[in-house]
Amino acid sequence: MQIIVSGLIFGCVYALVALGLVLIYKTTEVVNFAHGEMAMFSTFISYVLLTSYGLSYVPAFLLSLLFAAFFGLAVYFVFMKRVQNAPHLNQVVLTLGLFMVVNGVAGLIWGYQQKSYPTAIEGKPFQIGSVFISANEILIIILTVILMLVFFLIFRFTKIGLAMRAASQDTMASELMGIKVTTVFMGTWIFGCVLGGVAGIMTAPLTFLSPNMMSEVLILAFAGAVLGGFVSLPGAIFGGLLVGVFENLISYYISPEMKIVFVFLLIILVLYVRPQGLFGGRKLMKKV
Amino acid sequence: MMGILSNKRLLLSLLVGFTLVYPFLFGQSGYFITLFVMISIYVITAMALNLLVGNGGQMSVGHAGFLTVGGYTVAILTTKVGLPLLVVLPLAGVVTGVIGLIIGLPAVRLKGHFLAVATLGFGISIPQIALNWNSLTGGYSGLAVSRPDWLSNNLSFFYLIILVLVLVTWLIHNILKSSLGRAFVAIRESEVAAQSTGVNLSFYKTVMFMISAFFTGIAGGLYGYWFGYVSPNDFTLATSFLLLAMVVVGGLASIPGAIIGAVIFTILPELTRSFVGLNNIIIGIAVVLAILFLPKGLVSITEFFKKRSQPITVKEGTDRTGGMVKDANI
Repeated sequence: MQIIVSGLIFGCVYALVALGLVLIYKTTEVVNFAHGEMAMFSTFISYVLLTSYGLSYVPAFLLSLLFAAFFGLAVYFVFMKRVQNAPHLNQVVLTLGLFMVVNGVAGLIWGYQQKSYPTAIEGKPFQIGSVFISANEILIIILTVILMLVFFLIFRFTKIGLAMRAASQDTMASELMGIKVTTVFMGTWIFGCVLGGVAGIMTAPLTFLSPNMMSEVLILAFAGAVLGGFVSLPGAIFGGLLVGVFENLISYYISPEMKIVFVFLLIILVLYVRPQGLFGGRKLMKKV
Repeated sequence: MMGILSNKRLLLSLLVGFTLVYPFLFGQSGYFITLFVMISIYVITAMALNLLVGNGGQMSVGHAGFLTVGGYTVAILTTKVGLPLLVVLPLAGVVTGVIGLIIGLPAVRLKGHFLAVATLGFGISIPQIALNWNSLTGGYSGLAVSRPDWLSNNLSFFYLIILVLVLVTWLIHNILKSSLGRAFVAIRESEVAAQSTGVNLSFYKTVMFMISAFFTGIAGGLYGYWFGYVSPNDFTLATSFLLLAMVVVGGLASIPGAIIGAVIFTILPELTRSFVGLNNIIIGIAVVLAILFLPKGLVSITEFFKKRSQPITVKEGTDRTGGMVKDANI
């Protein structure tokens, strides 16, 4: 039971990252490989605010999310807007290039040494039934659930959500219908990056703070998102949680080194049976 | 200059001539020869990957895994079984090809990002398996590869690699011109249209993966022979990303593109390897600039200049864009 619960906590982090990835993909059709690195950068900003400027946790958290929003905005306008109509492979490789640049810049500024990062809520773990859980871990779970619900509701029931869905289906038609596609895409990048920032700040106390902390998280979140179908927000959450729990079970019962191998084996098996992922609907053939 | 560039035959013979005298230009220095060998290995891999990604339109983020498999096959076959090089090197390709077949079978059903994740998982898993399967792979310490006596001299082995490189280039060039290559392009352009004109999708996709894996395995085998040693950390996920960057930045679906990309992305990390952090920035910036300003890859650079130079009377003094290209071409 303890293993499943701690798996769920890592799963929540994967789910948050996956949520940002899917949000950006669903609207702009770009798989953002730099997502994890951008989250890492925002986390470093919050670390600097906490330690060098002595801010308390909540203002530092909010300010770094503000930074994440601007970062997303900048990346969209400087890079992604120019390749909006380029082949997908070009876009993917562009985000890979950004991945390297952001990673290198963070390494230059803050070095590659691991730093410990404070948790949001201090306090000893308490016991529920046979499971030990800390207040901070409960916060992570609550935050994930709230964010997922908020984004799900926005996407489903508001006009912004409708505009996002329309822009993702047909950029030109929605522009003709009076939707400002640039604004919608910009908003998506901002939301996605803020989600990434939250995930980064939640990850840092669990692992350690370093420029490479998010790369494994990103890979597993990507895997989780794909498992969930890559176009479905609940799917992303479910996939992330599933990957987290499965990973923890494997590292407890088989061996911690082989966990990634088994996670991907699971994903390949699932994809073999359902090539569109667990929550992905049947895809219509667009072009013939 | 343009004349030489447009004359393919002359360019080709110049290139081959250069590689033949290359070791003597640098006084047979071991460092420069090794650099050239690495370039050749990556050229073979990039061409193999380009066949899959550029011509076939199938994503692969795990080609480093095939390189590792090739390297380990050579190591195991030479040290544990003791077969000669001329048998081992093709066998490295065959074994990797079979692995490619196993990966290709589920990949037939997958598209785009789903395929990317499947291959990503393969690329990550192979080093982990090599690390943990102690009895076969030697775990952390890796495996030694013994070079045969008649190739103990670096110079003669260098020429063997050049020979393999030319042979592989010729083979891939011909595969792409054959009906096989046309079927790949048809699948890339439209799977439905290809299928309705009688292209067997699952067969050709699997074959594509096999061919690509085969040549990558040979490159990995050459790597093992040259360094005399393979370890799980030789080709990581970063290598897979770099390979993808080579193909896209050099130019998709183009053999010269793959060659240019491989040369640049072998030399660039080598030049900047002493600055940790900075090397990532430089490689990343090169990728970003190339994608933004040369979306068709570096092979299209001559077109780019032609386009610039024609309306030059109108746009005199707009040197800004010209300057950018030089940056992209670092």
